[in-house]
Amino acid sequence: MKIYHNPQRKQLMSVIWEIQRKKRCVSHDDITKIAKLFDLSRMEVEGVVTFYHFFHRQHAGNFTIYLNDSIVGKHAGMEEIKKVFEKELGIKTGHVTEDKMFGLFETSCIGLSDMEPACLINFKPFVNLTPEKVRYIIRALRDGSKVSEIYDVPKSKIRYTPGERTVFFNGYERYSALKYLEKQPGDLIDLIKLSKLSGRGGAYFPTGLKWEFARKNKADKKYLVCNADEGEPGTFKDRVLIQEKPELLIEGMILAGYAIGASEGYIYLRGEYMYLKDNLEKVIGNYRDKGYLGENIAGKNFNFDIQVHMGAGAYVCGEETALIHSMEGKRGEPGTKEYFPVEKGFLGKPTVVNNVETLCAVTKILDMGVENWLKLGTEKTPGTKIFSVSGDCKNPGIYEIEWGMKVNELLELAGADNPGYILHNGYAGECLNPLDFERPISGEGVVPANVSVKNPGDYKQKMSGIGVKSGGAFMIFNSGRSILEIIKNVQQFFVNESCGVCVPCRVGNFLLNIKLNKILNENTTKKDLEELIHWSKIIKSNSRCGLGITSSNALMDTYNKFPGVFEKLVSGNNHQNGKLDLKKATREYEKIITEIYSDYE
Amino acid sequence: MNNIVSISIDGKEIKALKGENLVNVARDNGFHIPTLCYFKKLFPLATCRICTVNINGKNTTACTTKVDDGMEVKVNTDELLENRKAIIEMLFAEGNHFCPSCEKSGNCEMQNLGYIMGITHTRYPHLYREKPVDFTPHRMLMNSNRCILCKRCVEEIKTKDGKRVFSFVKRGNRTTVQIDYNEERKLTDNEAIHAMQICPVGAILVKGVSEGKPFGERKYDFLNKAIRPKLKRKKFELKEGEKFVVGTTSLAGCFGCHMSLLDIDEELLDMIEIVEFNKSPLTDIKRFSKRCHVGLIEGGCANEENVHVLRYFRENCDVLIAFGECAIMGGIPAMRNFVPLKETLEEAYLNGVTTVLGADVIPASEDIPKLLDKVYPINEVVDVDYYIPGCPPNAQHIWKVVKSILLNEEIPISHEEFKYD
Repeated sequence: MKIYHNPQRKQLMSVIWEIQRKKRCVSHDDITKIAKLFDLSRMEVEGVVTFYHFFHRQHAGNFTIYLNDSIVGKHAGMEEIKKVFEKELGIKTGHVTEDKMFGLFETSCIGLSDMEPACLINFKPFVNLTPEKVRYIIRALRDGSKVSEIYDVPKSKIRYTPGERTVFFNGYERYSALKYLEKQPGDLIDLIKLSKLSGRGGAYFPTGLKWEFARKNKADKKYLVCNADEGEPGTFKDRVLIQEKPELLIEGMILAGYAIGASEGYIYLRGEYMYLKDNLEKVIGNYRDKGYLGENIAGKNFNFDIQVHMGAGAYVCGEETALIHSMEGKRGEPGTKEYFPVEKGFLGKPTVVNNVETLCAVTKILDMGVENWLKLGTEKTPGTKIFSVSGDCKNPGIYEIEWGMKVNELLELAGADNPGYILHNGYAGECLNPLDFERPISGEGVVPANVSVKNPGDYKQKMSGIGVKSGGAFMIFNSGRSILEIIKNVQQFFVNESCGVCVPCRVGNFLLNIKLNKILNENTTKKDLEELIHWSKIIKSNSRCGLGITSSNALMDTYNKFPGVFEKLVSGNNHQNGKLDLKKATREYEKIITEIYSDYE
Repeated sequence: MNNIVSISIDGKEIKALKGENLVNVARDNGFHIPTLCYFKKLFPLATCRICTVNINGKNTTACTTKVDDGMEVKVNTDELLENRKAIIEMLFAEGNHFCPSCEKSGNCEMQNLGYIMGITHTRYPHLYREKPVDFTPHRMLMNSNRCILCKRCVEEIKTKDGKRVFSFVKRGNRTTVQIDYNEERKLTDNEAIHAMQICPVGAILVKGVSEGKPFGERKYDFLNKAIRPKLKRKKFELKEGEKFVVGTTSLAGCFGCHMSLLDIDEELLDMIEIVEFNKSPLTDIKRFSKRCHVGLIEGGCANEENVHVLRYFRENCDVLIAFGECAIMGGIPAMRNFVPLKETLEEAYLNGVTTVLGADVIPASEDIPKLLDKVYPINEVVDVDYYIPGCPPNAQHIWKVVKSILLNEEIPISHEEFKYD
């Protein structure tokens, strides 16, 4: 282990990571030592360790296995794969074998939705699992193979690019965009503003404007953070960009850092993508060797360097203020929103947080020229967008499409099989009904969500020409799939991933999930459905961050756009006495009494 | 002075100092924005979210808002009022808040908000999750049953060398506040008492120090205005010479609510003018002999007989009223909901200090009603129309609600009558 002298708090997570990787758990004594090293109270460190899913207080097995529990994985056969793992290892999910060799856990989407069923073993991916493959993997590991010898390097499946109008997955000569370092930072910001580039993580905040705010805020130090915590289920575009086009990202960061006046850049890489870290750092090293990172870059008075910070399994850390807290070595709880990161961000200094795709776009926009970029796409959303397509289709993978393409066309390209339901923008996004398939994928005329389908004809007419925007997840489900099963998975995800700091999200989502399960399993009344929607709205309008604000989107959208799905659950029996299943409620007592009396005899 | 800005709150134009905290500005101008986690203006925590207001069309928390020119603030729309109530109800459903057994009762900020908002019950199912009570610390104890994770103690209480004494541990709905035992020892007595005092509920206590004060001297004893029961249905029509018919019962309760009912003293004479009792322990009528206008239910459902009786009441009463905490949220009997049923039975019949030496039988017979897996509030078994909270509810409170329903007029109930601690 590295020896740390007077470490800074921001190094806390990397120290915990080191211990977790080496010892497979962070023990009580470890926490005491860490607390001493960082001069913190022991319980505060405990709070940080227990916040992150990938840090374990108990031994997690020499081979720590994480199965993806997202719905796309389930549809691809994860239940069966899980059973094979459990049978082969002789343990239930969530446990560790007696010899501490294997630990089997479930985790939220691991960014391999185009190769499901997939899992991570010691943070190395294994994809397209079959029962035979699982048996082979376990046998090989038992026989002494190393994970690094047998894991699958995920192949980037770039399925479609729009020919000569391609932006991202096109040839690019390294360093060519860096000639823009000759310009004044203000001019660079103007160019990005002109390009109308906006946040590709899904929030679509204008990038140029964000940079300008950060540039204007006076401070002795500023930071640039690349958000590579791609946690939205069904999204994997950033993984492919980092694998295939790391130079676009690094150069985008150098240019952004120059524009805002930052001296340090961080890539917050999600723990699930640990296998991308080495190569990414190698590329960063190349840029350092060439003099594009370090001091006096390009002969100017511009000092800037980039390092990779590893996340540790928390969806909420994709929220920028939570991400910043996590980088500071704290629990990844979103901030109070009293200040924007561009005012007080990382370590209290102005900070810009940009998505991987946004930063890659910066490089390409400057390289191709803003005027050429503006010729692509639509008025409000120029250029192209990368989609991660998964689910029921022949060709899951990456699609770079020009803004303005119709949903139908993308479905056709993907070889969708009788699509009936789409989760657009992942679990936090909008769900699409086949009536939406004529709509363009763009930022044109976007209206507030939750328009209900009362009359299909009217709805279609009203929505035609109204764009659907997305951070990039596009999960296709065919008409045969149970929509309720999908919704159940979505709501459970938000219960698991809520950070717990604000009441509506922590308690609300938990209670909403109880209600949903009651509706699915028991006698349902119309009142139950009304409450389900009312409770969703309360969570949405009172939560602190985007997680709580969007957690009920899919549920409410489904209720509005697929009216039959929930209504068919309402039993005619609205009997005011039918709320409790008495047989079920007395079962435990009967069992106890029977057992006791058979013991007496 | 260009530091003065104009804002509007619920339509009223207000001048304020730019950058002032919105909660304070509103308060100074006669608008009460309820808060729970907020306790220092320079340090908003924004965890409870009940101060959520609408600013220029967008919902945000008032405690984190600094006033700026042209802000249009809405504080008391129907939706915002409803949301605030819902959030407090969420907290009551999430935690295990047994006010009658809590030291902070009467000084509790959450309880007071319950009064202010007229909360009689929660729309959410009670979770009854087992939560730790940590007695280990040298001087304090931490009762997570009552903790609402407001984060005040986490951010405020630090040792002289700047270390945190309280921390959030785990995440999501499993988050708890835990005390660092070593750091806790470093606090002075006064700092420990400060920690207890800033806790808005009764989660942090200092051993040997009681905050208890006699009734009438507590923080929230005489603060609030009267509430009115909101009537939900049409008037009962009576034929000439008929009285209103009322049934009552006590399920898993202590009969205290019935005793309280009798405490209306001489008004009993007024009552008997307009009311006749049917099935009730007061009349000892076992089966309904006619349909009742109103059924009053005390106690929750602990066994199958309770469920049968409750359903029998629901079938025979037009309006069903839950009166007392046990009917509303399970009350003291629901404290067994945290213990496995088998352990509960063993404690009661075999191992408890009150059992006879050598007791080795848990009685069972088909004549003994089967116990339910947990104690259920009655609204989780049947539909309930009205709730009268309290342990027991004040006599006047019970009578005024019943009278309001029977006579179809909303009779105001004063704070002292409504207060349920």
